[in-house]
Amino acid sequence: MAGNNSSGKKKSRWAAGITPYAEMGYYDADYEPKATDILCAFRLVPQAGVDPIEAAAAVAGESSTATWTVVWTDRLTPYENYQAKCYRVDPVPGTDQYIAYIAYDIDLFEEGSIANLTSSIIGNVFGFKALKSLRLEDMRIPPHYAKTFQGPAHGIVMEREYLNKFGRPLLGATVKPKLGLSARNYGRVVYEALRGGLDFTKDDENINSQPFMRWRDRFLFCMEAVNRATATAGEIKGHYMNVTAGTMEEMYERADFAKDLGTVIVMIDLTVGYTAIQSMAKWARRNSVILHLHRAGHGTYTRQKTHGVNFRVIAKWMRLAGVDHIHAGTVVGKLEGDPNAIRGYYTTLRSGKVDADPSQGLYFEQDWASLPAVMPVASGGIHAGQMHQLLHLLGEDVVLQFGGGTIGHPDGIAQGATANRVATEVIVQARNEGRDFLNEGPEILNKAARWSPELRKALDIWKDVSFDFESTDVPDAVGTVTVA
Amino acid sequence: MRITQGTFSYLPDFTEEQIEAQVRYCFDNGWAFSIEHTDDPHPRNSYWEMWGLPMFDLHDLQQAMEQIDECRKAFPDHYIKLNGYDRAKGKQTTLLSFIVQRPENEPGFFLERTETQDRRIQYTIRSRSQSAN
Repeated sequence: MAGNNSSGKKKSRWAAGITPYAEMGYYDADYEPKATDILCAFRLVPQAGVDPIEAAAAVAGESSTATWTVVWTDRLTPYENYQAKCYRVDPVPGTDQYIAYIAYDIDLFEEGSIANLTSSIIGNVFGFKALKSLRLEDMRIPPHYAKTFQGPAHGIVMEREYLNKFGRPLLGATVKPKLGLSARNYGRVVYEALRGGLDFTKDDENINSQPFMRWRDRFLFCMEAVNRATATAGEIKGHYMNVTAGTMEEMYERADFAKDLGTVIVMIDLTVGYTAIQSMAKWARRNSVILHLHRAGHGTYTRQKTHGVNFRVIAKWMRLAGVDHIHAGTVVGKLEGDPNAIRGYYTTLRSGKVDADPSQGLYFEQDWASLPAVMPVASGGIHAGQMHQLLHLLGEDVVLQFGGGTIGHPDGIAQGATANRVATEVIVQARNEGRDFLNEGPEILNKAARWSPELRKALDIWKDVSFDFESTDVPDAVGTVTVA
Repeated sequence: MRITQGTFSYLPDFTEEQIEAQVRYCFDNGWAFSIEHTDDPHPRNSYWEMWGLPMFDLHDLQQAMEQIDECRKAFPDHYIKLNGYDRAKGKQTTLLSFIVQRPENEPGFFLERTETQDRRIQYTIRSRSQSAN
């Protein structure tokens, strides 16, 4: 560890050899962050015997100018500007964890590049031997830096005006089974779900162009389905055409084809990488096509409390990168998600300006400087019987995606879609009427089910389905909160 | 057919009390209330005819209901929708929009296909009604 300077006498900052990071200027308890600084909150667990302040200073050092030994070439630079500064280290009560707050000068980062931002901040430090584990919990992006990004190609307001859909959550479904359907059968699912009442259907993250269904065939059949359903309902419909591919050139080719066919929306997977996402966001704005992002793979680094990157940081990066939709959790569904943490993700995606709020895991204030808002998508194990909880927890600017909860309806896909749409509208109606829709939800839904046989069947078949597991990741400030 | 545009198209048509409750919700939120009507409900028709200007200064429920009635009398065969508009920074858009009157017989739409090259089809959605197209 670089901190083992046992000479007893404080040596010069510039003496050759090893000097503790904290003494090299990477820790400064008196530092007042500038309005233009990028701020980070890291959760760190030092190795036994390592001073937490030195560990935090090492994170600041290794994510900015430092290397493991003193280099005289620092003196050719105004290094004080380029050194990240840890200005605060708080122990997390009852654990071996600390939260380290680090400020980075804006000049450390290239304008409009998530790749550069992340290569700097998470590029090097996560494998650092002196730390047992490290997690990037939150970042404050100052408006000066946020404004160098395009941001969402369209944003929530433009999406709603384009689709002519207001005042309620949007509804979607992922086509199931996710693998194996031929293009013609696949389009059938799309048509049934859309004509039954959903606004969107969706390719799954791993539906790209496999032997059983090539992308071009899928796009052609899906557009027939979308247009048939639009004419039947007299309402705009869409299918997220997944254009994820092995190269950028192939993605552009698929996206251009989807656009030429008249789709309102295309999708990509998080696995394509930050730069490809930014390129597709520019394409989406240039071509007036909404851009949906599936967060495929994020669980590998967002889920564990003490190591990785918190999803709220990914959400911020993706808002900068410019996607219009991103999956952000359901609370009540089958996938990981503490209610307060998820509220924090939704706040991050949808707000114009927010204050720090430890209860939601928001370590910093964040001013988005009029960057459009991202539509969060709730997907995975949700059904019509939870509609009151979903509206209460997630609000109305959200896409609720019922895959199994549409296609698994015993009477058919269109009937499953109708059940979801009726449930949505009747709960929104009750909310607007000022009713206690959360507590009266089951009663409101059951009453609607008297005239809606589709909803009746849905409520009966899924009435006992819930996914109650303890979350692996909750904000420090509060305990687990029940959802109902 | 039944056009499913609008916030509440999958519910049975609202009673007067139910309409009033939604208008009250707009007022309580400080949203401007407006009425629009059309005989051309094409899904891409963004501009239904305005029944006067958005009623920025109207806060009286009864007057709002009277305006809806007058619009219905003037256009008994049109679609009529009510909108709530929020001018707040970052919104500046419609936050509620639902249909309160439909013609007795909704003609709906048909899908016109033009086959082009490489199996591509160009789709056009046309209104079945005579007056709109």
